[in-house]
Amino acid sequence: MATSRQYQCMVLVKQVPDTRSVSGEVMTSEGTMNRSVLPAIFNPEDLHALEMALQVKDQFGGQVTVLTMGPLQATEVLREALYRGADRVILVSDRKFAGADTQATSYTLAKAVDKAAGPNGSFDLVFCGRQAIDGDTAQVGPQVADKLSLPQITYAESIIDLEGDAIVVQRAFEQGTELVKCRLPALLTVVASANRPRPASARKRIQYKMASAPNEYPALLKRYPEFSDVAGFDTYLDEHNLKITVWSAADLQVDDTQIGLAGSPTQVYKVNFVVLESTDSKEVPPTPEGIQAMIQELIQEYIVD
Amino acid sequence: MSESRNVWVFIEQDEGKIADVSLELLAKGQELAGVLGSEVWALLPGWELGGVPDELIQCGADRVLAADHPELELYRTLPYTRLAVDQVKKYQPYIFLFGATPVGRDLAPRVASALKVGLTADCTDLQIGDYTIRKENRVCRDLLYQIRPAFGGNLIATIVNPNTRPQMATVRTGVMHRREPELDRVGVVEAVDVVLEPSDFALQVLSREVREATVHLQDAQVVVSGGAGIKSKDEFQLLEELAHLLGGEVGASRAAVDAGLVSREHQVGQTGTTVRPRLYIAAGISGAIQHRAGMDQSNKIIAINTDVNAPIFQVAHYKIVGDVGEVLPMLIKALKEKTK
Repeated sequence: MATSRQYQCMVLVKQVPDTRSVSGEVMTSEGTMNRSVLPAIFNPEDLHALEMALQVKDQFGGQVTVLTMGPLQATEVLREALYRGADRVILVSDRKFAGADTQATSYTLAKAVDKAAGPNGSFDLVFCGRQAIDGDTAQVGPQVADKLSLPQITYAESIIDLEGDAIVVQRAFEQGTELVKCRLPALLTVVASANRPRPASARKRIQYKMASAPNEYPALLKRYPEFSDVAGFDTYLDEHNLKITVWSAADLQVDDTQIGLAGSPTQVYKVNFVVLESTDSKEVPPTPEGIQAMIQELIQEYIVD
Repeated sequence: MSESRNVWVFIEQDEGKIADVSLELLAKGQELAGVLGSEVWALLPGWELGGVPDELIQCGADRVLAADHPELELYRTLPYTRLAVDQVKKYQPYIFLFGATPVGRDLAPRVASALKVGLTADCTDLQIGDYTIRKENRVCRDLLYQIRPAFGGNLIATIVNPNTRPQMATVRTGVMHRREPELDRVGVVEAVDVVLEPSDFALQVLSREVREATVHLQDAQVVVSGGAGIKSKDEFQLLEELAHLLGGEVGASRAAVDAGLVSREHQVGQTGTTVRPRLYIAAGISGAIQHRAGMDQSNKIIAINTDVNAPIFQVAHYKIVGDVGEVLPMLIKALKEKTK
């Protein structure tokens, strides 16, 4: 039997506005977005990435670390990751990161992955969802891989084999599949058909319900009056592995010219609330007669044979 | 060599068959190069390329950089990235366009990252225009306007890369129009000296299976699509029946795909397929820009929706305010009767 080993896994996730539930009320009359109407959710494909990492851990052991970059509220997805089985979670958050395009985002994430790995460590596998539903670019995964000098396997659907320092992965796209073998460490971007993400475990929900970042302490202290002050609460969380690590730009020792808006080569020139061209249109009553008349007209215009 | 104004197109080909999107981008490239007064160059990796370079010239390339090498036969991220990055550094193109295919979406971000330049995914239009950086009060002339729906398709954003070159973008198949090959078009074919490093071979392709497409949305004359207003698989079957009667294909909005009513191959829109049929029927589709970007060029559009304010009605030629579960059977009946 081949010697088995453990694999250290990193999963990069994003909290996104649920653009799937966009309705009329999201747009204001001035044509701007009212983002607060949209619920913030765990990016759907990132759940599949987390599940793939958890399956590696189930089979081989090792640790699953989940990292996200975002505003302080993004601790929500990190708690969700803990409930599902993550061992360690990290939030990368700083006003300086705001306005980052995929280039600046991937630079920041790569710095954070390096820091999470520690000075002598490294992750064997880095997982991301294929793309996020708010931008749909699918660029951050490959760009993090480039910045970490890792080979990438995009559109990963299943791990066929993992042994020693090699992984065999099936990739799936609309019009086919590919089986690739890659040396570790490597980065995978995972598609939705990969697996069925496990639900949050009730036990872990209880275990991690207090997991929080320092900015959340004041609100939590009201709920847990047994702690008299922030310092005592902090010590308690730290001792029980419930403290969510938050890293700022300074913590990551990033180059300020490569982060946030300043580090983004793409700039938004303008955003238009689309004014639809008014087409020459007819209202058809939803009755058999109305429909028949429409079909007749389409036949006469050779639209319908 | 100093920075050029040339427009580059990354060419995808499989055993000598050039991808549609590559030909479409060559045509768009010609249009952009016309405004810029520059040339269109095609970067063509592969093995035993045969007549492909000549075909590219006929379809709009002024110069073909032919990278004919056995290690480039099957697409792999790292060798292709090395090739693209090396050639960009050597010739410094102004614009570099990729198809938003599985290959393009794997390669373009990696190349952009290595070059530290911006990249805009899934553009639905590309234009040349000026841009003023307000903070610096500096006017940048003749930038590439990279136009795409944003934020789940609820807005249209115009993105520019004022400070980095090349300006990179990906475009989905079917968004741009290819042009007829001109057999007497003249161009230059230049053989690229391919130099790869051992680290480029971290990944090997063990096998590859390409399915014949079972859905032919792009060429369909009639597309019948369903969206969030379709409440069940049974209702979706009505769409299939209607599509069959009209000799068309079944399409879907993202909502219907996400709800598991139909496979992703059927998705019409910015992140799906762009269609231009003779007749498009949108059943229970609200019409986010994301979806409209993929169908608003259709010759005739029939929209069925219970919400009288649904944006889809603003691009529709025939508006039917009603429930799809009631209207679809009427349509099916009317079509069956006319064939009697």
